[in-house]
Amino acid sequence: MSRADLAAAILWVGATLYALFGGADFGAGLWDLGAGDDERGEQRRALIQRSLTPVWEANHVWLIFILVVLWTAFPDAFGAIMSTLYVPIALAALGIVLRGTGFAFRKSIRSPRLRRVMGRTFGLSSVLTPFFMGTVVGAIAAGNVPAHGDGSTFPSWIQTLPVMVGGLFVASSAYLAAIFLVGDARRGGDADLESYFVRQAFSAAAVAGALAAVALVTLHSEAPYVYDRLLDQGLPLVVLSSLCGIGVLVSLLRGWRRPLRPLAGGAVAAVIWGWGVAQFPYLLPTSLRIDQAAAPSPTLDAVLIVFVIAAIVVLPALGLLYWLSQRELLGE
Amino acid sequence: MTNLLAARELMAFTLAFHIVLACLGVALPAMILTANWLGLRRDDADAMRLARRWSKAMGVTFAVGAVTGTVLSFEFGLLWPNFMSRFGDAFGIAFAVEGLFFFTEAIFLAIYIYGWKRLSGWAHFWSGVPMVITGIGGAFSVVTANSWMNAPQGFTLDAAGRVVETEPFKVLFNPAWSYEVPHMILAAYMVVGFLVASIYAVGMLRGRHDRLHRLGLLIPLTIACIVTPIQLFVGDTAAREVADHQPAKFAGMECIQETGDDQTEYVGGICTSDGVKASIPIPGLDSYLVGFSKSTEVTGLNDIPADERPPANTLLHLAFDAMVGIGTALLALGVWFGFVWWRRREIPRTPWFLRAVAVSGVGAILALWFGWIVTEVGRQPWIVQGYMRTSEAVTEAKGIWFAFAGVLLLYAALGTGAILVLRAMSRRWRDDEADEAEVPYGPQEAAAP
Repeated sequence: MSRADLAAAILWVGATLYALFGGADFGAGLWDLGAGDDERGEQRRALIQRSLTPVWEANHVWLIFILVVLWTAFPDAFGAIMSTLYVPIALAALGIVLRGTGFAFRKSIRSPRLRRVMGRTFGLSSVLTPFFMGTVVGAIAAGNVPAHGDGSTFPSWIQTLPVMVGGLFVASSAYLAAIFLVGDARRGGDADLESYFVRQAFSAAAVAGALAAVALVTLHSEAPYVYDRLLDQGLPLVVLSSLCGIGVLVSLLRGWRRPLRPLAGGAVAAVIWGWGVAQFPYLLPTSLRIDQAAAPSPTLDAVLIVFVIAAIVVLPALGLLYWLSQRELLGE
Repeated sequence: MTNLLAARELMAFTLAFHIVLACLGVALPAMILTANWLGLRRDDADAMRLARRWSKAMGVTFAVGAVTGTVLSFEFGLLWPNFMSRFGDAFGIAFAVEGLFFFTEAIFLAIYIYGWKRLSGWAHFWSGVPMVITGIGGAFSVVTANSWMNAPQGFTLDAAGRVVETEPFKVLFNPAWSYEVPHMILAAYMVVGFLVASIYAVGMLRGRHDRLHRLGLLIPLTIACIVTPIQLFVGDTAAREVADHQPAKFAGMECIQETGDDQTEYVGGICTSDGVKASIPIPGLDSYLVGFSKSTEVTGLNDIPADERPPANTLLHLAFDAMVGIGTALLALGVWFGFVWWRRREIPRTPWFLRAVAVSGVGAILALWFGWIVTEVGRQPWIVQGYMRTSEAVTEAKGIWFAFAGVLLLYAALGTGAILVLRAMSRRWRDDEADEAEVPYGPQEAAAP
């Protein structure tokens, strides 16, 4: 494995962790939006707020990590993506601003009317942000980003595959969030809340599964390179993802709670790595290869060293944060 | 051209907004921990209450800062894609380091802010210490990225102008980091110190002279007043280094038209090609400040090619003078405070002192902004000094002016929202002083799940 491949792998690690943890935070916003009126939704929203409050900012940093690794290790790809897909990326940035401030403001104010407005801002932007991020990934997979950048402004992402992937991002975020919230509700000892999120997990799983199937069909026509490799080299990962997904459904039906999070996480992570394997050796299929886009070796070394330090320093700290949070040692 | 102007204005505006929040992320943890330490050490309930309230406020400002910082990361690519694709492999290294610091800060900030009730006192205090260190580390890495743009090194270009080799340590420790980084970290401590003190000064002017207010004013003001003289010294060094590394920027900010010795220092005024109008001239002082001698030769704009001169000369000059002026006024405020404290162990009694403190926060923010105007406008027309022009870096995307208008509205709402939320929190604290939630380190039994 070359340095450039390693740097790409680091990028994928960041994307996976962002999809799992950042994704679950976005999904929680969707459930917050759909939690019903003030009275019915109160318990649900309270659970979502308790779960998200201590962790969402740390989870969000994975996005910064992705951006930084991309522009440092693969500056050409970064420039090409940004100069082509600036519309969905700017919309995602807008969503990030509204999501974060909507959430932070809501829990700091008391007026019910303002809380509703802030809650909706948080919820709606939690749906739109992963959607636009998904269109960016779909457009890259479809080969709509030329290596030199400045691709078409709208047709590059307003196309079946990018839109499908956008939907898939929203659905899998909602799916992950529901699974996480099932566990949090159980820990809180609220059986009604737990069964509510079990039901939501089922519906999100159904939607995500259906969208994944449609996306696969669209992949065939709009991203043949990725499609072929996904069902060839990437097949084990596709199978793994499906098995994990089935495992989640069985666990939900049987009332097993322990395997839920690892299985749901596995289902999403396997798809992300399947996508990576299917794109390999391209960063931008099929115009820019990883080795072509890569920065000079000393820069890649710096990125690798930073990653190793992150693994030593940041991951244990993150583990501590999650541990404290899961043991209910953190709170307002 | 119009895209370039729009992109620059958008970048400048979003940076100006974010940098105030970034200062809070860098320097507020130290103020909070000082109060927390006093509270634990002396069993001081007021100090503890301050630490707790400030950390709650930081929860809001950090959230807004995290998202506005993310916007800036996007803007690097959205507005300057050619800069990033050409120099990302050098410029980006500092940000990779920054990512580490920011990540660690976000984690410990969450543990600290949300750990008040259930963690034991000293464990909680120590969970906050990494915020201070990572705040300073984060400021180092972001500012060193900027100083690299002012004094780029650590890379090799091929014939086509593409980076083919990099030396990460030379990128990180470029010639400008040693004065830009401390200047900014000290600025963050000044901004936050004076800003927090100014809030309590306003409260005291409104008649709230309780111990909480006095302590709320004393802790941040003391830190800011200790930092200010160091800052003036660092700033003075920085100006000499700029004269050395970026003569065009220096000539612009001092309005020096002709190269030569015995340069006049112009205080204020309007820069024109035949001299500075409406200023207070001090003969020979500029040369003296640059080289400690009237015979020091200083480069004038006449020796800079016309297409490499910084634009908006008067703006640059006035921004520089205003920054120095405000810094000096803040130093005077600190001397006043220090003298009275030394003689009488109390805050100066006259309301004029409180009024001065009340405006010092806004003053420090203005000085911060003026300083960045000097750094950034003074580097123009370059984005990477001597290597890449800002006009080459800018995107060809359409609709930047619309984006700018939208961002203005969005950030206006964001800023207003944040201030209203903070005010509502402060009012709530005043109304229910004895709120149970205010009592830190509650019974440990509550921790049992």
